[in-house]
Formats: sequence, structure tokens, C-alpha cells
Amino acid sequence: MSLDFDSARMPNPNLREEHHEWRTQLRRFIDSEIIPYAEDWDEAGHIPIELWPKAAAVGLLGLGYPEQYGGISEGIDSWHSWIANEELARIGVGGIPASLMVHGIGLPPVLNWGSDELKERIAPPVLAGEKHIALGITEPGGGSDVAQLATTAVRDGDHYVVNGSKTFITGGMRANWVSTAVRTGGEGAGGVSMLLIPTDAEGFSRTQLDRKQGWWASDTATLYFDDVRVPVENLIGEENQGFLVIMTNFNGERMAMAAAMEALGRVCLEEAVEWARERKTFGKRLADHQVIRHKIAQMKQRLNATQAYIRVCFETIEAGNPNPGDIALLKVQASETMEFCAREAMQILGGIGYMRGSRVERIYREVRVNAIGGGSEEIMRDLATRQYGV
Amino acid sequence: MKVLVAVKRVVDYNVKVRAKADGSDVDLNNVKMAINPFCEIAVEEAVRLKEAGTATEVIAVSIGDKACQEQIRTALALGADRGIQVETESNVEPLVVAKLLKGVVDKEQPQLVILGKQSIDGDNNQTGQMLGALANMPQGTFASEVVVDGDKLNVTREVDGGLQTVSLNLPAVVTTDLRLNEPRYASLPNIMKAKKKQLDVYSPADLGVEVTSHLTQVSVEPPAERQAGIKVEDVDQLVDKLKNEAKVIS
Repeated sequence: MSLDFDSARMPNPNLREEHHEWRTQLRRFIDSEIIPYAEDWDEAGHIPIELWPKAAAVGLLGLGYPEQYGGISEGIDSWHSWIANEELARIGVGGIPASLMVHGIGLPPVLNWGSDELKERIAPPVLAGEKHIALGITEPGGGSDVAQLATTAVRDGDHYVVNGSKTFITGGMRANWVSTAVRTGGEGAGGVSMLLIPTDAEGFSRTQLDRKQGWWASDTATLYFDDVRVPVENLIGEENQGFLVIMTNFNGERMAMAAAMEALGRVCLEEAVEWARERKTFGKRLADHQVIRHKIAQMKQRLNATQAYIRVCFETIEAGNPNPGDIALLKVQASETMEFCAREAMQILGGIGYMRGSRVERIYREVRVNAIGGGSEEIMRDLATRQYGV
Repeated sequence: MKVLVAVKRVVDYNVKVRAKADGSDVDLNNVKMAINPFCEIAVEEAVRLKEAGTATEVIAVSIGDKACQEQIRTALALGADRGIQVETESNVEPLVVAKLLKGVVDKEQPQLVILGKQSIDGDNNQTGQMLGALANMPQGTFASEVVVDGDKLNVTREVDGGLQTVSLNLPAVVTTDLRLNEPRYASLPNIMKAKKKQLDVYSPADLGVEVTSHLTQVSVEPPAERQAGIKVEDVDQLVDKLKNEAKVIS
């Protein structure tokens, strides 16, 4: 037995036959439609638009969303999502799932809090891969401190007039709509609303952030709102209740990121072990040197712990009682594990790992975006201790 | 037209198989199993016939223990309408499989039976031909193209000399070669729908077949490890080695 991506995954008694089948079929899709092109897309800095309808057809975009809007929810649970996030991470090009699946953070505000009219208008084309939606929270003036955001939306008759800007917005260049956090009231969290802003509105403009450490394939953008008039029907949830909308969005995003980060760490393990079994130094295989064997064991140990932690959190979600503090710390556990595995795998691979084109080289560059995006490690720890009532 | 497709559960083609330590068989412990790739091509062809309006119903049949229901479900997710499992122990030899399939053919009366030309475990390449003989149906093996033409079937076969096209009277048996089609992947909605499709289980006795054995597996061993090659200094040395070591030229 070796330590490849599959054999390094501990058994999960929650998985049934259809979960394994989903993994098999999704992997076939990814192996034929994405992996042969992944590196080129990353180098080119974008993904062809045709990938979205294909991902919709295989069931990836609609996974877990209501059937009435073109999603697939009947019989679908957290384990299907975990598998999807693992398999997308296995590509080893983080910008692809980040951009392809960005509706995973952009659409839930609409579906969870939007009016029926808004849901019916927005969700079907997004889940069919025909239109794109992003989430706009972070601003040039501040990110993690959501309660201090400065983009304003002032009511004027049947419209809000939006001024300000958003940055580091994944999927921002391609988005047809952005679920945007705006200030409609006074200072602090109580003055924040969520507004769905169409990107074809007058006064909207954007620039691509194409010089990034990682996630090259992702169309990350800065968005500018200059007297953008948005119909009041596009308000998501109640006015000044936006903070709640934002906060309820985070658990799902963090679980998806944690699942992906563990799988990315596992890719590093797989690549490192394969190399260590082949490469000979000082008359024996790298894998026969104790110092290398210990690295492999430490990687696997941390991956095991992260897998078990992910499973427990998904079990609490399935049981309907997730603990946001535990999920916040899971995200930290996962990014630290990914960081450790990327580092150790790179040490084992040596020079070949430093060359562009290997999965480990890319994953190494994409540690930080995972450790910062979706809630930085520092914010996660702070949130957890507050959740625990310390 | 009713189409019957046979699917076999085999070790996934990505898996590097190992022999058991005692050499009695291939080690299947914790090994990923899948539909035999040639059988998957057979399912795809049947589903395409259905999508083209030629086939009215596609039935996927597998022979083996309960685990092979997974492969039937995969075929259902790929587009087959219902499934049949003939429950036996695993490792039934080709003649018995052909007899059991003949039993299913008698029950279902399909116009067309599509099988993989061989399975990637036993590599016997026998079942389709045996079924054709037992059921007294014409056969088009190693198909790279299948065209329905009224009550006839034109099958292009990949033979050593090139391509041969045969015209068969329906009902007929077809076995698939690699280039017949590229199988699709099943979507998540279809995987979920497949769970609800009908799957009947028969025993060999239900089909009037007695499971017998004419073959005994003596031993299984891995292929000899390839020795590393060498670099020759010049052409003279190459010729010398080909002459005196490899003895392939004189």
C-alpha cells in the first residue's frame, strides 16, 4: 500500500454507495474536462467560460441547491459536498475551484434571504452556468472588520444609489451580479445591508487583480461603484440586517475551504511520497532516510487529525447543530495542515518542487490565500474564543 | 427495440494489482472496483441507441455476488432503464456466464445484446461469442461502429487486417472494441435517480442454469520485473550485442 490521494483518506462510515459513485463520476469529469488544461488555464490567468455549463451538467454547480431553481438537493448531504471539494482540490490549481464555484458564496445570501422574485430571477441561470454571481464584502479600506465597511447605499425613491468600492473579489471580473455588503444605516454592524448589484448597471466598473501570488486562474477584481442605481427589489433580506446575512454565509464557506485545504495537503503528501520512493540519494531511496520518513509520518498524522475534525463538523451540520467556533478553528487546523504539508513536500521534492508546473509548487503559493481568505487564522481564533464565551 | 447490456465488476483500471502472497489469486482486499471499461462502452452504445430513438429500453445485467449491484447502479446512472443481477459467487467462468446470459435473453427477449469484447481481469474474450452460439444469434465482435438498418445491424469490426463490416439479422450479439465510443460520465442527478430504478435479482436456478466449473486457477504471479537497460558506446557495440547477446540478427 502506498500513500496516494485515495489511500491516505481515512474511512468515513457516513459514505454510502452513491457517494462513492459521485466521486468516481466527478473524478472522470475533472480528469477529462479540467486536469489536461489546468496548468495552461492557470498560466493564462483565466478559465474558458464553456466550463460552467459543463460543470452544471455534471451536477457540480447545482450541488445542494433547491431543485426548483435547477439545483440538486433530494438525497444530497454534506458528504457529497465534501467529496466535491476534495476532488476539485485534487486538480492542484486553486484558482479553478475558487472561480468555478464562487457562486457557493455569492448565491446563498440570495437563496437564504432574498425575495421569491429575486431567487427565481437569479438562481436558475447561475446554477445552469449561464450567468455568474460573486460576493462583495472586503473593501480597500478594510476586510475582516465587516462592521466598519464604508460603501454606501442611499435610498432614492425606488432605488438605492451606491458609492464605494470592493476589492479581492473572487469571480469579480466575470460576475453578472455581486451580492454586496453596503452601508444603508448608521455606523457599525447595525447599519449594513446586502444588496444584489448587477454589473451592467451604469456607474459600475472593475479592474482585474491579475498579479497574485496564487489563484492565477481566478478572475479576482476590484469593483467600483460610482452613483450606481440599484432597484430596491434587489435588497437581500431586510434593510440593515446585512450583518446577519453575511455571518450566516460563513460556515458553509469555511467548511468548503477546510475540505479543500486538507485535500491539498493530501496532494502534497501524494507527490512527496511518490518522489521519495523513486529518488535515490546516498545509495538509497529518499524514502529510506529516517529524516524523510518522519516528514511523511508527520504529514499523514496531521492530515488524519484534520480529516477526523472535518468529519465531526460535517456530522454536527448533518445533525443540525453546528458550532461556529469549532468550524472557525477547523479552518485554522486545515490551513496549518496545508501549510505544513506544502512545506515538507517541497523539502522532499527539492529542486524539482521549486519548478513551475508541479502541483506542490502551486499549492505552496496558494497556502496564504487559504489561510487569509474566508476569515484569517487570527480572526478565526478570536471568533472561536468569543463563541466559547471566554 | 429492447437492448440488453452486460456489465462486469472488475478491478479499476487505475489500480496496480498485486498477487496474493500465497499466489492463489489477485489481492482484492481494499481495492477499488469499477465497471469493466469495455462494458462501459457497451452501456454507452446502448444509451446512445436509446437517445437516437432506436432502442426503447436498455437493461443492464451483471452476474456475481451482491457487490456487483454497484456496477449495475453505475450503468443505471449512465442511462440504462433497469437492472438485473444474477446472483452467483464471484469468479464464474465464461461458459457459465454465457449460459446465464442466455437465460436472461430467453426471459427478456432483447433484439440486441451488447457486451464488452473482454474484461480487463480475465481477458478471456469468450462470453459474447459463447452467448451468440448458445442463443443461436449472429454475432459482430470487436465493434468499432454499430448502425441499425431496419431489421438488420451493420457492425464494423476491428480485425487484424483493418476494418470488416458485417450485416447481421436481428436479434444479434455485439461485443465492443475500444474505439466504438467514448463513454460519458454520469451526472449527480442521474446517480441519485439510479437509486430508484428497478433492479431484479435472479438465481441461476430461476434461469434454469446449473453453475458448474471446468477451470481451476493454478497460480497467480506478478510479471517478471524488467531489468534496467544500458547505453551502448557505439554502433559496433550495438551490432555485437544484437548478434551475440540478443541473437536477433545473424
